[in-house]
Amino acid sequence: MSLDHLDRLEADSIDIFREAVAESERPVLLYSIGKDSSVLLHLARKAFYPSRPPFPLLHVDTTWKFREMIAFRDETVARLGLELIVHRNPECVALGINPFEHGSARHTDLWKTQGLRQALDKHRFDLAFGGARRDEEASRAKERVFSFRTAQHRWDPKNQRPELWRLYNTRVAPGESIRVFPLSNWTELDVWRYVERERIPVVPLYFAAPRPVVDRDGTLIMVDDERMPLRDGERPTNELVRFRTLGCYPLTGAVRSAAATVPDIVEEMVVATTSERQGRVIDHDQSGSMERKKQEGYF
Amino acid sequence: MAELLRFITCGSVDDGKSTLIGRLLYESKLLYADHLAALAADSKRVGTRGDDLDFALLVDGLAAEREQGITIDVAYRFFATEARRFIVADTPGHEQYTRNMVTGASTADAAVILLDARRGMLSQTRRHAHLVSLLGIRHVALAVNKLDLVDYSPEVFASICAEFRAFAAELDFDEVTCVPMSAVDGANVVAHSELTPWYDGKTLLQWLESVEVGDNATDGPCRFLVQWVNRPDADFRGFSGRVLRGTLRQGDKIRVLPGDRMSTVDRIVTMDGDRTDAPTGSSVTVVLADEVDVSRGDVLAMADDPPGAADAFQAHLVWLNEADLLPGRPYLAKIGARTVGFTADLPKYRIEIDSRRRAPAKVLRLNEIGVANVHFDAPVPYESYRDSRDLGSFVVLDRLTNATVGAGMIDFALRRSANVRWQQVTVDKHARAERNGHRPCVVWLTGLSGAGKSTIADLVEKALHADGRHTFLLDGDNVRHGLNKDLGFTDADRVENIRRIAEVAALMADAGLIVLVSFISPFRAERALARDLVADGEFCEVYVDTPLSVAEQRDPKGLYAKARRGELANFTGIDSPYEPPENPELRVDTTTLSPERAAGAVVTKLRELGVY
Repeated sequence: MSLDHLDRLEADSIDIFREAVAESERPVLLYSIGKDSSVLLHLARKAFYPSRPPFPLLHVDTTWKFREMIAFRDETVARLGLELIVHRNPECVALGINPFEHGSARHTDLWKTQGLRQALDKHRFDLAFGGARRDEEASRAKERVFSFRTAQHRWDPKNQRPELWRLYNTRVAPGESIRVFPLSNWTELDVWRYVERERIPVVPLYFAAPRPVVDRDGTLIMVDDERMPLRDGERPTNELVRFRTLGCYPLTGAVRSAAATVPDIVEEMVVATTSERQGRVIDHDQSGSMERKKQEGYF
Repeated sequence: MAELLRFITCGSVDDGKSTLIGRLLYESKLLYADHLAALAADSKRVGTRGDDLDFALLVDGLAAEREQGITIDVAYRFFATEARRFIVADTPGHEQYTRNMVTGASTADAAVILLDARRGMLSQTRRHAHLVSLLGIRHVALAVNKLDLVDYSPEVFASICAEFRAFAAELDFDEVTCVPMSAVDGANVVAHSELTPWYDGKTLLQWLESVEVGDNATDGPCRFLVQWVNRPDADFRGFSGRVLRGTLRQGDKIRVLPGDRMSTVDRIVTMDGDRTDAPTGSSVTVVLADEVDVSRGDVLAMADDPPGAADAFQAHLVWLNEADLLPGRPYLAKIGARTVGFTADLPKYRIEIDSRRRAPAKVLRLNEIGVANVHFDAPVPYESYRDSRDLGSFVVLDRLTNATVGAGMIDFALRRSANVRWQQVTVDKHARAERNGHRPCVVWLTGLSGAGKSTIADLVEKALHADGRHTFLLDGDNVRHGLNKDLGFTDADRVENIRRIAEVAALMADAGLIVLVSFISPFRAERALARDLVADGEFCEVYVDTPLSVAEQRDPKGLYAKARRGELANFTGIDSPYEPPENPELRVDTTTLSPERAAGAVVTKLRELGVY
């Protein structure tokens, strides 16, 4: 008897969770409600069972998430009896920062990057789990599993700690922190196959349904609430769409798809011709933009 | 056959490594349309292949790399074919980044070494092959790339293969496969090329899909590493960790290492329900039948075939940091799930990677590899690296910066570490303290040359002696005439100098004395070592604080003048650093305090510390 591919990925991730928790003072799990977060949370529960995961969940909210995401988040923490911290950057709340007037780059920087830094500082977390995967984007391919951040939350790609074998260096000085990515070696397809095998609940937005969308510069944007300003002549139409990745609804493109179940999604993926982040408006702001955001402290 | 193959690619900057990986991703249809569109745009803008796709750009993700046109760190790539899944560690080839290669190789089962057919075997090639072998990779493919540039000549290919095989014969490989290739044209990467009709061996992808790396960890006696003690409530006490080797079964008799505690596996717990066994690689939680004391870092092993536990080893060390490995300097080491104090002896030799010759060394520099005896400050369960990557590897961490500065692979435990036992004595420290009327203490005066350390130490000793206390003064200059006369003033010698003094001071403290140590002792790490050698409350660090300009003006021995003239190398404060104490027990400012007042402050501090 031996472990299959998903068993091995699961065992590696659990190993990472345990090392991180054993060697940190105040860990937290960054919960962004998407499928990767769902898998991350499932693995955290397995890692510490029968104990509960010994850390809270942190959601850095932007007030622009899909409504179904927030409902799913609240249902999940209630069902599992977990502690959830929701942080909204108070300056953004005061200024009403939004992607329409302020642009996607500033919106993301202020709500997410600055918001995350505020929350980490406020609660003095010295270690944060995230669901990033190395297959997502070029600069993430070079990220360590345990990634050191300065007291200013900066990532310095030229000065990363060598990471050998499974010997993770978790040591930090006061104010410094470590970001830990238990899904580093998973691919998008692995995530879906695991969701299928383990029957992990995910936000229904991943499954095809008729939804009100507008085609904006080639990207299908769902009109999730009345705050979305429509351009002249723009009228939402109901189309059969789903999302491969979830974020702020005005910045997340839908794909036309009839995949209504996890097996449908897996099948669709096997023949897919575009990457999941293709629907992400923020990645395409500038060339090398993910790397720049990461250096500044974005997840 | 393993479903997943982790492999590393290594080659020089110009060998076309990134192009190869880009090509593998492309040919295995793992490139999405948006990636390809971005690639086409980038190829036109910064590519080096005219209007053709420049596959290298796919892999060289970081902006800094695009500017420099090189890969600067380890990148991990994922692709899959019908036959297998792959994780590629793409590691840079130029010399100063050996550490990245070692990082990538540490988790790989196979290696692809690239070279440029026009240039043949370079010292780089030998270096890569040697490192790959050292890190325990047994399966290697030599990709003789850019064959298009030598007109697909079978003679060139044959001669390079022969040279490589001759070199590799002395390394620890189970298998070497040579593939004639052109990554740019895609020749023999995935499919056989009609340009090399004379080659009927495997293409590179065929080799990757079929190489049997063997998983020797699945055989052999069980080892389970405890990472976390799982106590949700008073009724449950489990040990969460990982099966590193063999299979763990319910009912197994196990031994807890280090030590000789014994028990039986009562339950193997997972969120999906209890199991009767857990194969190699499983992350599970174990409940034992008996109340035995088990903590993080312990290893549960088959009772009748346990690994050893020891605190001294011969090890191969790879140095990963700009600051040299200094023999005797205290570091930390992480091995298994345990972090312990670590020191290395003077290296037995350094290995010249290109020639595989042994060379003498007093330190190990960045990217150097050497063999040394190493010491942990507590016994750890271990196996040789050859037997177990998990229990035979460690990383070295700097105590102050927390950086990962080195990597180690255990060759074997030193016999004496298993045999030497501390002599139990009946006349102990307490007995001596009773008789002496005071507790022992090491008073460590540190500061620049000419700060006034010796003067103050002398006054303190006089005062203590007059008061009937038992003292001894160790002075830097005096000790260098005797005990340490074989040492010079390089950083490595300074560390050894202080190590010896610290050991002597600790022995004297054991003898019940108040030991006054008057040494420049410029490095924090060594002063921390001296502190660690004695019991809590028995160390009093006194920072004799004098600005360099003042000390230089005093210059009682004329040394600063000599150093300024360049007649004295490595002089502290001039061309060698002084690291002031961060939290000394006492700081005396000699610009405001006379030596007598400073000595009085030291005596008062000793009273405060309860020495007498």
